[in-house]
Amino acid sequence: MTDTGSASPSFGIYCHIPFCTHRCDYCAFATWTDREHLIDDYMASCRRQARELAAELPAVTSVFFGGGTPNLVAPELLGEVLAELPLAGGAEITVECNPDLVTAEQMQSYEALGVNRISLGVQSMNSGVLDALGRRHDPEMVAASVDAVRRAGIGQLNLDLIYGSRAESVSDWEHTLARAIEFEPDHLSVYGLTPEAGTALGDDPSRHPDDDDMADKYLLTDELLGRAGYEAYEISNWARPGARCRHNRLYWRQGSYAGVGCAAHSHRDGRRYWSVRTPERFIAAISNGTSPVAGSEELGPDERRLEALQLALRTSDGVPAGALPHDVGHLLEPAGEGRLKLTARGRLLANEVAVRLGLPSAR
Amino acid sequence: MRPAMPHVPPAADIPNGGARTGSTSAASIRNFSIIAHIDHGKSTLSDRILELTGAVEERSMRAQYLDSMDLERERGITIKAQNVRVSWRGHTLHLIDTPGHVDFGYEVSRSLAACEGVVLLVDAAQGIEAQTLANCYLALESDLTIVPVLNKIDLPAADPDLYASEIERVLGIDASEVLAISAKTGEGVEALLDAITERIPPPSGDPDAPLQALIFDSHFDQYRGVVSSVRVMNGRLCAGDRLRFMHAGGQHLSEEVGLRLPAVTPTDELGPGEVGYLIAGIKDVAQARSGETVTSAAAPADVPLAGYDDPKPMVFCGLYPVDGDEYPDLRDALAKLRLNDASVTFEPETSGALGFGFRCGFLGLLHMEIVRERLEREFGLSLIATAPSVAYRVRTDDDQEVEIDNPSDLPPAGQIGEIAEPMLNVSVLTPSAYTGAVMDLCQSRRGSMTSMDYLSPERVELRYEVPLAEVVTDFFDQLKSRTQGYASLDYDHAGYRAERLVRVDILLNGESVDAFSAIRHRDGAYPYGKAITAKLAELIPRQLFDVPIQAAIGGRIIARETVKAKRKDVLSKCYGGDITRKRKLLERQKEGKKRMKAIGRVEVPNEAFVSALRLEQ
Repeated sequence: MTDTGSASPSFGIYCHIPFCTHRCDYCAFATWTDREHLIDDYMASCRRQARELAAELPAVTSVFFGGGTPNLVAPELLGEVLAELPLAGGAEITVECNPDLVTAEQMQSYEALGVNRISLGVQSMNSGVLDALGRRHDPEMVAASVDAVRRAGIGQLNLDLIYGSRAESVSDWEHTLARAIEFEPDHLSVYGLTPEAGTALGDDPSRHPDDDDMADKYLLTDELLGRAGYEAYEISNWARPGARCRHNRLYWRQGSYAGVGCAAHSHRDGRRYWSVRTPERFIAAISNGTSPVAGSEELGPDERRLEALQLALRTSDGVPAGALPHDVGHLLEPAGEGRLKLTARGRLLANEVAVRLGLPSAR
Repeated sequence: MRPAMPHVPPAADIPNGGARTGSTSAASIRNFSIIAHIDHGKSTLSDRILELTGAVEERSMRAQYLDSMDLERERGITIKAQNVRVSWRGHTLHLIDTPGHVDFGYEVSRSLAACEGVVLLVDAAQGIEAQTLANCYLALESDLTIVPVLNKIDLPAADPDLYASEIERVLGIDASEVLAISAKTGEGVEALLDAITERIPPPSGDPDAPLQALIFDSHFDQYRGVVSSVRVMNGRLCAGDRLRFMHAGGQHLSEEVGLRLPAVTPTDELGPGEVGYLIAGIKDVAQARSGETVTSAAAPADVPLAGYDDPKPMVFCGLYPVDGDEYPDLRDALAKLRLNDASVTFEPETSGALGFGFRCGFLGLLHMEIVRERLEREFGLSLIATAPSVAYRVRTDDDQEVEIDNPSDLPPAGQIGEIAEPMLNVSVLTPSAYTGAVMDLCQSRRGSMTSMDYLSPERVELRYEVPLAEVVTDFFDQLKSRTQGYASLDYDHAGYRAERLVRVDILLNGESVDAFSAIRHRDGAYPYGKAITAKLAELIPRQLFDVPIQAAIGGRIIARETVKAKRKDVLSKCYGGDITRKRKLLERQKEGKKRMKAIGRVEVPNEAFVSALRLEQ
């Protein structure tokens, strides 16, 4: 594997694009549908922030454009940010894309800029379920998007899927998985639908997913993706061997990364901090030369060790066997080198296991 | 706790000063109580009397002057008897306020023992109610003169003629003797005061006989100790005398005697027929309970006054602090409360589900509610109460009889010969349209009818024998809701009856949860078990394994629910911005686990027990 860490330390950049044409019913992210007039100023501010950062950065091994809808923005604007960064050779460069905005030209532009990984927001291959999620694309657009990515010669493809809508039967979900596998992506991120306060979904309890239905769909996912040759390497992520997302693994290993743009999080030298939430405030801070940081925290050594375990528990790396009590033994399996990782059923109960981490084993 | 008594020095400007030096001529005294149903206007009438007699000036008049506890004001009921002395056209009147609820029936009887007559106050739009009737019978049995009064004649719905004839039919008092008043407007109240002086006889008593004084109420004042309301029957009660309390057996120095005008006014002595207060340096009301006879230590009476009783608690429950750390506070609060209310009993108790608390006994449901509310309000505690229980008499195989007021204490089924439960004679007065509804209710509570009498074509009195346990749940609420509030209830204790009773245990993952154990009639065991298991199944969060919730009689399972194992508890996304959020969420989840009670391996939030117990009540 190329991404399990190398001699030179990894460093990631996350660039947040807070614009969408439409807000999905479940979305609680920092994104806006009425501020396209800010795009040019915003991207210029990102570019300026990247330039200022660049001076003090090590070689950047991964860049992730997330959102929002990064492919709502002209590819050149992303390219201008990229151009400011000291990229390591072979850096992983990902752009999240919404299928209803993908074009062949867009993908060719990305390829020319050095983008080598596309993450498509597929969510479901059932149009009724997509409607229920408040998504605007249809399943045909996904096929066209996948085709565009392939034709442009972009090497790595991830599909984002969401299960658990009340409008989705288990067989609907099985259909979505089967269609997704047919596209032969390198990587799949599969998320349980989560009602967040303040969203259309969160405010309507009748649409909240059912835990047992979610559990059934998760186990089905693990089974079908496993059979198709994907490895579960994190609770919500499956990849072909060698195709794990280098950028996301930084998050789970307490690696270092810097955020660019509004609502972006950074983790450097043991300190976590995050920038102001709105694009307006971000643009203002950059143009005034003031700090866009809105808050930060620094963990003590014990807290930090516990956090490392909590994060590792979510991955197939697992945790040292002594870190967990026996009463959750039925949710764990060996991960090699005296470590234990969660089984598929255990991953569904990861919080229950995580709260037991670090407790004395004779509980 | 009551506010401290305002200490008024004996000064010349006290209203009603004529009576101040005590030992008023018995011939001019009239002692009376007002018997009335809740809301029939007793407090308003008392206020009007205080005003008319000049005892309280209008500007210092609070509505319902005599109800001094906050709780009494809020609920509009009198919990503790009060008394006040007023003057009316050459007479001295002692108005002795009686407790207004059936839980305090014994106190009512002691208050009546201090009187020669009663004012029967009836709402002219509603007619006589069950408890009023019962108290009226009590007054008749004690040969008290009854002055019947219809109140609220200012109301459009008032029908004084109809209810006067009802009084005639029920009590045999000529309808022409019934007075009509409006305590609210004051109409007819002067005539009522005249009728009291004319119809009620003066007290008799020998001023030279050995002292016999009846205590009909005691309360604890934090500055003065126990302050008792007393009525002198014979002899003289003097400040400075050494007194003997004939039932409790103690000797105390009479520190102060005095009158309530209603301002507290010390006096030298109280003579036969006089009503006032006594302070004798007592720290605990149990030493000066209602019904006690006070005599002189130097020249004691031969016998105490008749009718003393030691009222026994009838209803029991466990009281637990919601926060276990407040246990010592609860203990102190109960001890203080008991100084003022000797009828509350308590002893330490431990519950697997609720931790450390107290098993408490009360005179009745209202008494229980009041005590609990006072503990929370006056002592700032937050409490959980277990389901109310009654005291069962259990005869074991080896012919021992034990009394059980906590279902958990019941011996194993194999050792029980027989269980008897306390019974009540229940009287319900209801508009006849609701007869069927009342009968349904009583029958569903294992009641058997003993009589049914029409007071008028529109109103009927139903008498049932009903187990106390069936009344202490929600009988009263049900009665009110099924009769749209029109029925009224009174009851009397009617001994014990052997019944087919069983203990229902509630098991959580095989472990008994003591707080939910209940003694039930065999026929009611299944519905109880089913209801509680269903309730707990809703309230107990899913665990990492299936949790059976069972109801059992002995070893036999009669109902079962299962809380299925939790299958999903995971954050789907964990990227840059989620990491801090996730860590905090896990911290909260961990904190939450600390607040859970472990019943075996099952973690139950405190609130689940609290909610289940509240729902049950």
